[in-house]
Amino acid sequence: MGKFYQQETECMPREEIRKLQGERLVRIVKHVWDNVPYYKAKMEAAGVTPDDIKGLDDLHKLPFTSKEDLRETYPDGMLAVPKNQAVRIHSTSGTTGKRVVKYYTQEDIDCWSECCARAIVAAGGDENDIVQVCYGYGLFTGGAGLDGGSHKVGALTLPMSSGNTDRQIQFMTDLGATILCCTPSYAAYLSECIVERGYRDKIRLKAGIFGAEAWSEEMRHDIESKIGIKAYDIYGLTELGGPGVSFECEEQKGMHVNEDHYIAEIINPKTLEQLPNGTQGELVFTNLTHQAFPVIRYRTRDICVLNDAPCSCGRTHIRMAKPMGRSDDMMIVKGVNVFPSQIETVLIDQGYSPNYQIIVDRVNNSDTIDVNVEMSPERISDNLGRIAEMEKSLVAALKAMLGIYVKVHLVAPKSITRSEGKAVRVIDKRKI
Amino acid sequence: MTLNQISIFLENRPGQLAEITEELTEAEINIFALNIAEASEYGLIRIIVDDTDKAMSVLQENGFLATVSKVTSVGVSDKPGGLDAVAKIISAADINIEYMYSMIRQKDGLAYMIFKTADPEALEKALAAKGVF
Ligand SMILES: [Zn+2]
Repeated sequence: MGKFYQQETECMPREEIRKLQGERLVRIVKHVWDNVPYYKAKMEAAGVTPDDIKGLDDLHKLPFTSKEDLRETYPDGMLAVPKNQAVRIHSTSGTTGKRVVKYYTQEDIDCWSECCARAIVAAGGDENDIVQVCYGYGLFTGGAGLDGGSHKVGALTLPMSSGNTDRQIQFMTDLGATILCCTPSYAAYLSECIVERGYRDKIRLKAGIFGAEAWSEEMRHDIESKIGIKAYDIYGLTELGGPGVSFECEEQKGMHVNEDHYIAEIINPKTLEQLPNGTQGELVFTNLTHQAFPVIRYRTRDICVLNDAPCSCGRTHIRMAKPMGRSDDMMIVKGVNVFPSQIETVLIDQGYSPNYQIIVDRVNNSDTIDVNVEMSPERISDNLGRIAEMEKSLVAALKAMLGIYVKVHLVAPKSITRSEGKAVRVIDKRKI
Repeated sequence: MTLNQISIFLENRPGQLAEITEELTEAEINIFALNIAEASEYGLIRIIVDDTDKAMSVLQENGFLATVSKVTSVGVSDKPGGLDAVAKIISAADINIEYMYSMIRQKDGLAYMIFKTADPEALEKALAAKGVF
């Protein structure tokens, strides 16, 4: 049994969790009906009133909320409290269309911080730790979320925000950071820099909490072995309130959903029916406690599986697998579904760097897919023939994984532009 | 003689070679031998220098991907049949040559060739047995 931030809640018997969720669902549905005309209209259109919602079993009666709903009601059409009760906003980085703005009351922020505190404690953190937060601070939820969690835990927080790698490494070594919080792509980049500069022995990191983008098991092992830490996944979306919707425990086998604050469902994205636990489908979340901006049955577009089997860590909250991909990320190339995560898995498997760029185009009415792959120290040789052979086996492995031919281009290390936040993995020229 | 050779991975685009020679010149590193091997999109530049460790750190600091491997330098008499004699010794010893190229410098009427084989030690022994160094 590990340590817990809120043991009683995190280890509550499942029947009690379901009962608590039912009570909170009834309350939140009444709250949005009374305070958000947009929700009321949607519920009326679906022929459902708060009286129809008596518990968890009635969840399926409620209409879904989509990203389009949130954009349509921008900036405050879904606000569920008088504006003067809201104390902060965060917003998505959406480059297309309107942004999504999430409002928080002070109580909302406290609940959110507690969720992140649970993640930090599950990663082995306590008041003796030094938590380096290099998620972006500002509109992005990453920085504020883990910062709030770290404060609740009572750890020393280094509010680094993203970027400036030299300064990150300097503070990491000089101040002896023990827990690193950032995006997995930045963690991979930082760990590369740490190894290259020979700082592996100068850092005191023991764990990392990495989220806000998709990453594979291979990438986890890569980061863990490079800098000798345990790397934990954390999940969240701005629309739901930010990171801390779910988090990994020491088992590293799925992320425990903070079920006292969220209901997780899996649905069939075509028929919209609820699917039983253990079935792959689209992940849907309902805010149970958010007062300022609760979303009901929000369709995440993440393809995922839920697992309610008991966990050896002692937590009883349901676990979600790493999302297999976002339906937004999914590309259809030559009629085949391609997820960037599949390509990443092959690259790391074959000893290449997880820094890559996928370029999809259409030439003479036929789709093409090219992958720029950074050459890695493990793959360099003085023999050109050997490099070409390895390239060939990479092409074969990609073909085996995806079922289509992918043209590979080996490029010099660090030649693929890296954002220090979210990585731009795919350029689809067909849409431009 | 067994020497350290540095191989540097390059994308095939103009100016890459100049970038490398510039960095090495600035670090006052002397290049004894240089060879380029190219595929369609990338290539390798192989060099032998007076200070391998320093050259490696200069290259790595500048973001180049490079690796060090052992090669054999052989003095070949600079007249017809000189290379043939050496090639015969190597083939008689049943040693496979992965690639070869010539050094920039000549010394004492000998042209120096660089041979890459799987087993530099065996090659050196076979050559020494025939009085070639
Ligand atoms: Zn667990």
